[in-house]
Amino acid sequence: MSVRSFEDVSIGETFGPEVVAVGRDTLVAYANASGDQNPIHQDEAFAKGVGLPDVIAHGMWTMGASSSVVARWVGDAGRVLEFGTRFTKPVVVPTQGNEISVTGVVKSVDAERRRATVDVTTTCGDDKVLGRCIAVVQLA
Amino acid sequence: MAVNTDFVGRTYPPSGPYAVSAADIAAFAAAVGATDPVHTDAEAARAAGYADVVAPPTMAVVYEQQSSRAYVADPEAGIDYSRVVHGEESFVHHRPIVAGDALTATTTVASIRQAGGHSMITVVTELTDEAGAAVTTASSTIVVRGGE
Repeated sequence: MSVRSFEDVSIGETFGPEVVAVGRDTLVAYANASGDQNPIHQDEAFAKGVGLPDVIAHGMWTMGASSSVVARWVGDAGRVLEFGTRFTKPVVVPTQGNEISVTGVVKSVDAERRRATVDVTTTCGDDKVLGRCIAVVQLA
Repeated sequence: MAVNTDFVGRTYPPSGPYAVSAADIAAFAAAVGATDPVHTDAEAARAAGYADVVAPPTMAVVYEQQSSRAYVADPEAGIDYSRVVHGEESFVHHRPIVAGDALTATTTVASIRQAGGHSMITVVTELTDEAGAAVTTASSTIVVRGGE
């Protein structure tokens, strides 16, 4: 992958939407990779028993999948210097799976350090599932 | 059970070291759809200037959560984990985490706020490498929902 150059980035530039599928198998893989084995992310009966509509994705899966979209735009995952978010709504994952949609918009640039600040919007259906999701990236 | 606000400012003893392997990174990258070859191809990672394959930006949470467990599970802290939801998360990377790192994690209880019957607890975890250099600052806010 080639790394995005500072000269090629402008305020207001957008990327995406990129659609990312999430199935129950995705959540098992994330649970195993992250060590977060909370049953609300895998066990439908358990999730419904605690009042959830169905199994929900780990918030950190949603954040991680969103960071992957940002990394693809930058061209080097090691150049995502800062990434933060609020978790506003859960991503419900029924047996047939679901999907999220990720878009980014460049909010500001730092010419001295050749960095950009990106506002990330991640939605599931009509719900915005991440709030104040912001990345700072190091451009080439 | 009420969240104990006396814990604000408390720093727990460092935990770890947590060994970061290429296999761990590959599994995490696959789970979050991270397709950059720097996660799985050591040659691509070295060509990009890294010592070895690079962890996805949010993988620091794996070490952060292991470290902060000492606080969250502390009976004196008064946290009913069955009432906890994840409110916010942020990472500042001083350098990327790479395979071969052995990370030490130090968690501090940064703040406890009460709002609407809920408690919002922010913990900050500093990840450092074997040389003691800063790698990642991870900040996590959990919400402990109030009882009915």
